[in-house]
Amino acid sequence: MMKRRTLAALAAFGAFTLGTLSPQAMAQAPGKTLRMVAHADLKIIDPTFTTAYISRNFGYMVYDTLFSQDASGKPQPQMVEKYSQSDDHKQWTFTLRPGLKFSDDSAVTSADAIASLQRWTSRDSFGRAMVAGGVEWKAVDPRTFTMTLAQPFSMVLDALAKPSGYPAFVLPERLAKLPTTSPINESLGSGPFIFKRDEWVPGNKAVFVRNPQYVPRTEAPSGLAGSKASKFDRVEWLYLPDSNSSVAALQRGEVDYIESVPPDYIAPLRANKDIKVGSGGSFQAFLVLNHLHPPFNNIKARQAFQAAVNQEKFLAAMGYPPDMRMAYCHTFFICGSPNDTAAGSQAWAKPDLAKAKALLAESGYKGEKVVILVPTDITYHNGSALMAAQTLRSIGMNVDTQSMDWASVTARRAKKEAPSAGGWNVYVTVAGEFDANSPVTNAYLSPACGNSLPGWPCDKQLDELRTAWLQSANATERKQRLDAFQARAFEAVPYINAGQYSMAYAARTNIKGLDKLWGGMPLVWMLDK
Amino acid sequence: MGYILRRLVATLPVMAVVAIVVFLLIHLSPGDPAALIAGDLATEEDIRNLRETLGLNQPIWQQFMIWIGKLATGDLGTSIFTQVPVTTLLGQRIEPTLSIALVTMLITVVLAIPLGTLAAYRAGSLIDRLVMIFAVLAFSVPAFLVGYLLIYGFAIRLPWFPVQGYVGFSEGAGPWLRSIVLPCVNLALVYIALITRMTRATVLEVLHEDYIRTARAKGLGVLSVLLHALRNAAVPIATTVGMGIALLIGGVVVTETVFAIPGAGRLVVDSVQRHDYPVIQSVLLLSAGVYVIINLLIDLSYRLFDPRIQY
Amino acid sequence: MMPSSAPSALKNAPPGDGTVFVPPRWRWARKHPTLILGAVLLLVVAFVALAAPWIATHDPQDIDPLARMQLPSSEHWFGTDALGRDVFSRTVWGGRVSLIVGISVASVSALLGVVLGLLAGFVRRLDGIVMRIMDGLMAIPGILLAIALMAVIRASLTTVIVAIIVPEVPRVVRLVRSLALTLREQLFVEAAHAVGTRLPTILLRHVLPNMVAPLVVQATFIAASAVLLEAALSFLGVGVPPTTPSWGNMMAEGRNFVAVAFHIILYPGVLLAVTVLAINLLGDGLRDALDPRLARQL
Repeated sequence: MMKRRTLAALAAFGAFTLGTLSPQAMAQAPGKTLRMVAHADLKIIDPTFTTAYISRNFGYMVYDTLFSQDASGKPQPQMVEKYSQSDDHKQWTFTLRPGLKFSDDSAVTSADAIASLQRWTSRDSFGRAMVAGGVEWKAVDPRTFTMTLAQPFSMVLDALAKPSGYPAFVLPERLAKLPTTSPINESLGSGPFIFKRDEWVPGNKAVFVRNPQYVPRTEAPSGLAGSKASKFDRVEWLYLPDSNSSVAALQRGEVDYIESVPPDYIAPLRANKDIKVGSGGSFQAFLVLNHLHPPFNNIKARQAFQAAVNQEKFLAAMGYPPDMRMAYCHTFFICGSPNDTAAGSQAWAKPDLAKAKALLAESGYKGEKVVILVPTDITYHNGSALMAAQTLRSIGMNVDTQSMDWASVTARRAKKEAPSAGGWNVYVTVAGEFDANSPVTNAYLSPACGNSLPGWPCDKQLDELRTAWLQSANATERKQRLDAFQARAFEAVPYINAGQYSMAYAARTNIKGLDKLWGGMPLVWMLDK
Repeated sequence: MGYILRRLVATLPVMAVVAIVVFLLIHLSPGDPAALIAGDLATEEDIRNLRETLGLNQPIWQQFMIWIGKLATGDLGTSIFTQVPVTTLLGQRIEPTLSIALVTMLITVVLAIPLGTLAAYRAGSLIDRLVMIFAVLAFSVPAFLVGYLLIYGFAIRLPWFPVQGYVGFSEGAGPWLRSIVLPCVNLALVYIALITRMTRATVLEVLHEDYIRTARAKGLGVLSVLLHALRNAAVPIATTVGMGIALLIGGVVVTETVFAIPGAGRLVVDSVQRHDYPVIQSVLLLSAGVYVIINLLIDLSYRLFDPRIQY
Repeated sequence: MMPSSAPSALKNAPPGDGTVFVPPRWRWARKHPTLILGAVLLLVVAFVALAAPWIATHDPQDIDPLARMQLPSSEHWFGTDALGRDVFSRTVWGGRVSLIVGISVASVSALLGVVLGLLAGFVRRLDGIVMRIMDGLMAIPGILLAIALMAVIRASLTTVIVAIIVPEVPRVVRLVRSLALTLREQLFVEAAHAVGTRLPTILLRHVLPNMVAPLVVQATFIAASAVLLEAALSFLGVGVPPTTPSWGNMMAEGRNFVAVAFHIILYPGVLLAVTVLAINLLGDGLRDALDPRLARQL
């Protein structure tokens, strides 16, 4: 091995000393380091400002939450030591664990928690539901605070332990009080890691070191709950946009772990005995329709599109091999999740072009141009959008594909203008299970009429059914109301579910603890090597 | 001295044109950076507030004046996306780019000038033809195809070099060099072709001049004749090397993308996709500055090569 | 464009001995083999691109996700790409984009360059400002300027052509201006001026005809550089709309699959290289045939 490397070096340059060419000299910083390829480039270090998954994952590295879901989806106390509630669920008292500190050695107090919760309720859908329920917070002492609700709200802990979208991270009061109009530009948390801002190279890598001030729970880690004490002194998130590079880097041991493997490389990586490929979390592909403009302002036209969608083809176009995709998923709320239900899906289970064409004719479609935004820089979005174009063409619609990078899609989709005047009709996106699995956490089902969500769906029935679901008294009632909500969603078609797939991660076999990863998140404190 | 000053002053209008072009260009962009930063679920109000905070609502000329004023104090602005000062971003990115550019230059000068001289001296021979065929091929085959062929051959099939990434010089000269060999070879091909062709052409011309014929007739050795000829061909060759800087900087953009090297070139490609104005502006401005300064230096050094030139 | 020497072996080869009879046409061809080779290659590429609708075996846009990334077969001669589209048909259609870009960039740049270059060369008041703007544009590396332009304007074939023309024009302007400065002092131009011929007439009748040869050669090299630049822009994701099959786009789409499906980028890459090679050979040949003295300038 050494010989070949030496030869290569000699062939290329003449003479270089042997020692400097060893791989050890290349990679290792002091201490135990985990080098992983992150799924995206970390651009914004404020998880309370954007729902981008990479910023959320950053939040879990640096910050901690009051409650967290365990691996079975149950909320568990995290920063909270103990809590109590009144019989009518309106009065709550929370006590923080003793000794919690931010990484600058200052203590975590009730004031920090309350300021963070206020910031959170102003941004999150669950949080806003609590505001609508008349929530108020009050500090009792540095470790104790109370919460008062005007109306009973049975999902308080689910809300506080919300794992994705905007999780309720606890920031120092000073940061939490900053205006929410622009991202917070520093990070100071009480979580398991400290962000090394001086080593951050946007577009390339983000570096974290173990937070010596972090006080772990005594329970074993489970999901996002329990101890988050890291076995690594240092974690490096690399961003390698080129699939070949990231896969080759893993094969050669230059990195330990790839958070999200490009689907086409799953097979070659599986064939490599030094590498373990696993399934990390469920995702759904979304086809988002603009409800303001023809043709999809008409419910029949939306149903026509839904009838024509072949989920398997969408997932194949996104690159997912047969064993990572479902042939058909019958729910908006993630197949296999606690809210999995087939209610209302029966009529749409099989792609039916004849039915689609009939519905389209009923809608009075007059050959208007359908503008589809096609992202070019994200391979799976590109495949999905082009498949959508082909699907609409196949039922006789007049399709105009407009290509742009994803960043431009996010700007363009906010425009309410007519498609011919700079607006749009269709774009595609994906969501992880926690951002799809209930009428409130699902970003495209949660907003009520008058929302600012791109697509601007509005269905009064759905709004009523959602509120009813939130106010359900018990599990049975909640299940019935969920079924009713989904059945109506299949009729009203606020957006179209284009199928469910699993993300794949890959790691060197010397990485331990991979089986404990949960929710499609890189919970690096589960890992060791 | 007066000449140097005059040449320096002459670069000012060029840089002014560059500044205006760069600024106007970027500010006509349709993408809304505020909407991009605010993310998926931002409300229209969020976006409006952010636009205000970032100063994107002011009239263009006002933004231009503010920008120029800041430039004068060395402030390149702050990345809209990461909120990191552009000087910091560039600082992180400059080492890989400089490493690749300098090593490529070195390879090129060391290989191309002797190769071109040899081809000229043996004009018409097999070597000459091979050199010329190489040159036209290097101009024609897209650099990114060559890059992937190099990766496929010398990083995947024969795992001699890393597939991607950059290792800092501070981590040792060996690893550093290994990490940039393939990108430099990739980048050098076009540049070598350019300089070789130019060297060959000028040396060929010089070789036909009377004084060289005389020197040859007097029985001067081959090497001294060639050195003599090279000395006289130095000015056009140096000019080509200077003009080629633009080609080199352009090539770095593609090469850094192919080899996933976190340099200034990839920074600009990433920034374009995010409409991160301050970063794009700074990179364009700086690369133009480098081009102007290097060509100024080359211009001024002519006297070194050719004492006959008087200013 | 890039400076380049030309006169490969031929210029210095011993003059042909007149003993063997060679028909004149063949002698001309033998004298300029690069020109002939380049022209023939280019004609083949142009024919394939023009006849794309008849040559292509599939609809280049038709996606078939369940038959993706197949290796070349009798059904798909060059295999299929990541969306199951036929690589052969896309490659054939892609040639059109490259040809359109090459031809239009070369001709529009030459036209604009001639106008601006003549203005600079003959209208002293404008010389300074035109040349300063050209110097400024040339100081920004062409590909960076084009990338930045593409960030500003919506991607389409036309905008890509514009984005490539902007960095190419200054090269023509420089050439035309330097030619103009020489011609201005020539006796026949001064004479025409002296007898009161109007400037436009002088330019059309006396100056332009003397620029045709270097301009044609320059335009050829610009075409080659434009084809490469379009491919590079598309490769970086800022070129023609990806729904248009172009060689650069195909390589951009295939680059993530190099290690599992090299054929996706191989075929368009090779076709691209062959096309640019053909144009470059044609340019070299034209320069040698029209005016060997140009070698130093172009």
